[in-house]
Amino acid sequence: MKESIVSLKGVSFQYDTQERYALNNVTFDIYDGEWLAIVGHNGSGKSTMAKLLIGLQFPQAGEITVCGMPLNEESIWDIRTKLGMVFQNPDNQFVGTTVQDDVAFGLENNGIPRDEMVQRVEDSLRKVKMDKFLYQEPHHLSGGQKQRVAIAGVLALRPSIIILDEATSMLDPRGREEVLETVRLLKEEKSLTVISITHDLEEAAKADRIIVMNKGEVFREGTPEEIFSMDEQLIQLGLDIPFSVKMSKAFRQKGIDFSKHYLSEEELVTELWTSRFSI
Amino acid sequence: MMEKMIFGRYVPADSIIHKMDPRSKLMIIFLFVCIIFLANNWVTYALIGIYTFLMLGMSRIPVRFLYGGLKPVLWLVLFTLVLQLFFTKEGAILFEWGPVKIYEGGVRMGIFISLRFFFLILMTSLLTLTTTPIEITDGLETLLHPLKKIRFPVHEMALMMSISLRFIPTLMQETDKIMKAQIARGVEFASGPFKERIKAVIPLLIPLFVSSFKRAEELAIAMEARGYRGGEGRTKYRQLSWRMADSLQLVVLVVLTILLFLLRS
Repeated sequence: MKESIVSLKGVSFQYDTQERYALNNVTFDIYDGEWLAIVGHNGSGKSTMAKLLIGLQFPQAGEITVCGMPLNEESIWDIRTKLGMVFQNPDNQFVGTTVQDDVAFGLENNGIPRDEMVQRVEDSLRKVKMDKFLYQEPHHLSGGQKQRVAIAGVLALRPSIIILDEATSMLDPRGREEVLETVRLLKEEKSLTVISITHDLEEAAKADRIIVMNKGEVFREGTPEEIFSMDEQLIQLGLDIPFSVKMSKAFRQKGIDFSKHYLSEEELVTELWTSRFSI
Repeated sequence: MMEKMIFGRYVPADSIIHKMDPRSKLMIIFLFVCIIFLANNWVTYALIGIYTFLMLGMSRIPVRFLYGGLKPVLWLVLFTLVLQLFFTKEGAILFEWGPVKIYEGGVRMGIFISLRFFFLILMTSLLTLTTTPIEITDGLETLLHPLKKIRFPVHEMALMMSISLRFIPTLMQETDKIMKAQIARGVEFASGPFKERIKAVIPLLIPLFVSSFKRAEELAIAMEARGYRGGEGRTKYRQLSWRMADSLQLVVLVVLTILLFLLRS
């Protein structure tokens, strides 16, 4: 078993204005170096989870441990340097007037000396392939580019964990691919742990592990294949299953023997190409 | 349009004035505004004029941009000129037509005061034409730093300014979008009686306000998540560099001040 980097034990959280628990007795571990997708439809508690992980809210019950430190008011600033978060709206997380200023913002907050800052800003922008845009202003960048700058800003602080809180949901398909590819490369290079909170199951399909949230509780946990094999239930939870999974399901209903769930379109195409069947 | 008003002001060019430290530019402008009141005869006004035009020449800003800055205040300059012409009663009478008498002193004062206006506007536009808004913000932040001792929130003010600057284009785009959406719903922004047009602004402003508040909240969360906790213990990425040229410029201005003191009557 891999080492746990984040662990939640019996975490419950309730907003002041709501009667229902946004999170109800949630327990799970996130392992070092994995790509974990947390999925669920609106109101399933997945965004609340992000807020708790970065310490914007504190749970009413239960305990969260990040990198061995229990998350509380004292440890929160240390934890925030270990754990970077990319938010949904590309514009509303861009603080600096230019790309380089924005990447430097987190470093400035942590009192990094200027010489080192310059180095880190350059390095992290190169990693996300935005080093040509150092002096560019945010309104001249596409959504995908802004999100990559946000990733660079997170990266500059050398975190162990990156949380993507619906980070691709406001992007066009190309921007989405750009951002996910960047995260994927970085994860391999720096052995980061990635937590992607999303309602896009196409994105979740590429994760190592998926946690399905429903009504503030962990509904199911497993590999993408295991999760997608319960397709009917997913649809009932208001989640849209990926096209390739739907397609293979449709084939199976036609009586064509598809042995497994095809998570990516390439896999599906290969299967269609190589199998011999007639309708 | 607004964007032009705020950002169109800065004209990038490779000049000595552009490369100057915003701090020295701010100090020079401040001092200039003070010493211009020392001038009170032709020699001193000529000196200030020469200084102003030398500075303008060094900035390599095309004349049409300067004219753009002058245009809105030109009528004010003319107005003071006329006012002085008719109401100053000093020296010999130059011209008389019924009750209207124009005195020599009136002409002189009129010209002096309009010149003063003229030079002031030229010099202050020189600052905004050669310095980006963010540079001015940085300059102000460092210059006002001593005020921290009396608990003036210098860092917060500077951050507010830079965030506003960053969000102006974003909100412009948003305004444009909302406007189009409302036009598609039949709101008329460009035509109709004045009262109707003012009313038409309401369906534009309310969505803009709502979304701005939402943006502000999300931005605050993002800033906190990135470790922002006020100005304490923060380092700065943007750096200002004071060069030889900055010191020289200040020296020149001090020399000018001394000359003005010596030559004024």
